[in-house]
Amino acid sequence: MKAKNGGSAPQGRARIVARGLRKVFLDISRQEEVAAIDNFDLEIGANEFLTILGPSGCGKSTLLNIIAGFDHPTDGEIRLDGKIINKPGPDRGVVFQEYALFPWLNAAQNIEFGLRERGVSKAERTLRVQEQIASVGLRGFETRFPHELSGGMRQRVALARVLVNDPKILLMDEPFAALDAQTRTIMQNELLKVWSAERRTALFITHNIEEAVLLGDRVVVMTARPGRIKDIVPITLARPRDVTSAEFNETRRYVSSLLESEVQAAFAAMQASADAAS
Amino acid sequence: MLRVNPFIRRTIGPLAVLLIWHVASTYGWVDARFVPAPLTVLKSLNQWMFGTPGAGPYSGTWFVHAGYSAYRVFGGFLVASVFGVVIGCIVGWSRLMSDLLDPIIQIVRPIPITAWVPFAVIFFGIRDASAFFLIALGAFFPIAINTAAGVAGTPALLVRAARMLGVRPHNILLRVVLPSAMPFIFTGLRLGIGLAWVLVIVAEMMAVKSGLGFAMWDAYYFLRMDIIIAAMLSVGVLGFLSDLFIKVIANHVLRWRRGL
Repeated sequence: MKAKNGGSAPQGRARIVARGLRKVFLDISRQEEVAAIDNFDLEIGANEFLTILGPSGCGKSTLLNIIAGFDHPTDGEIRLDGKIINKPGPDRGVVFQEYALFPWLNAAQNIEFGLRERGVSKAERTLRVQEQIASVGLRGFETRFPHELSGGMRQRVALARVLVNDPKILLMDEPFAALDAQTRTIMQNELLKVWSAERRTALFITHNIEEAVLLGDRVVVMTARPGRIKDIVPITLARPRDVTSAEFNETRRYVSSLLESEVQAAFAAMQASADAAS
Repeated sequence: MLRVNPFIRRTIGPLAVLLIWHVASTYGWVDARFVPAPLTVLKSLNQWMFGTPGAGPYSGTWFVHAGYSAYRVFGGFLVASVFGVVIGCIVGWSRLMSDLLDPIIQIVRPIPITAWVPFAVIFFGIRDASAFFLIALGAFFPIAINTAAGVAGTPALLVRAARMLGVRPHNILLRVVLPSAMPFIFTGLRLGIGLAWVLVIVAEMMAVKSGLGFAMWDAYYFLRMDIIIAAMLSVGVLGFLSDLFIKVIANHVLRWRRGL
């Protein structure tokens, strides 16, 4: 269980390369700059499933927003297949925790949205949408509007909506955090099923240790704010992984020990800022 | 009593009002010259609608007057809708434009539309244009303000999702902001059409020589209270139908909100 240093991708060819990434926000209430992430180097390999684990407020989402192109780094740069990322696009499919489905479109129309926007022909759109609906298990729900779907079903639509665009990388920001435990387990398995079929590069952000170990080829453990990489743990357990096995739990304990001091640091910082505010 | 069907329950109130009105004017509680009985009004309305033109001062002219009023309402409302939605989008979308335009809107808005009548008559004359102007101005505000609120309230996450799915920045308004603001826009349109019927009567009483408002004002000079009440009821029904029309469109456009 030796942790690897540095962020180089395991299988040679890197898809995402981040160098010296730093993102600073202005904290308006305290009139001072706060670094959300700092000195961040990372490579994500082609076909790799990378999970990022960290305490709340450690800048995990900031990192994802930069890769997605929603946010720009203060310093450093980030490239996808060698090209600097500076705006969002369908080559990076994002699945949000809050689903972010268009409430005025039904499930099939939500999935079709990106294809239609890019002028794909009606015949091809129908074909590809049907394919995705089948693969994420949405048959029979095509004409439901988002508010008529359960959380798990909404997240399936959100996943299908980005997969239909055939993205180079799948970015997921705590996508299952709002789901109940059973639905979450089902969705994790569904996600792995879809992912193993094509082995698409994936970045998955979570604060749940079991989820990080279950899904990732590597788990990046981040420090409390400012978010730096504390350690990268390669998960060598064979898939499908059994969360009840001794090996799984050994890995989980190890990752947990790495994270624990960071969670405490994050909590202490939160209390300190609450004290300062009062 | 509570178990009878809702339609019957909903007719009880109006029937009670009719009954009291009937008793009051038939048995002399009020002067029947000033408040004619419902049946008298109905007879006058019938004569006004279907009587032979020229047989009396208000014979067979209802459709002409109602047609003029409806024409002005929908003309003014259409102008107000176009300007209201466009300016509402601009104000709701751009911080800068909001800072520039919102103070003007907020100061002009509380001025009663009746205060604009002298200007309307001076600039547009005793013609349709005056009525269109007054109605469009009055209906503009609720439409623009509701549109702006809806546009400004577009969830930023939906804009991100759309950008991520390949929508170019100049298409965000059309693809995300407008559909997202649609419930607000329809609220504005319904308030606007209601106001348009109020204003058409004001405009016709003061700034033109036709329409239900003009008929009402004309009838007042001859103390034809039956015609005034008939005109009032006509406006009530026409206003109700126009609102229903917009509501039906809204229910179709906003069908995704059913059960929300």
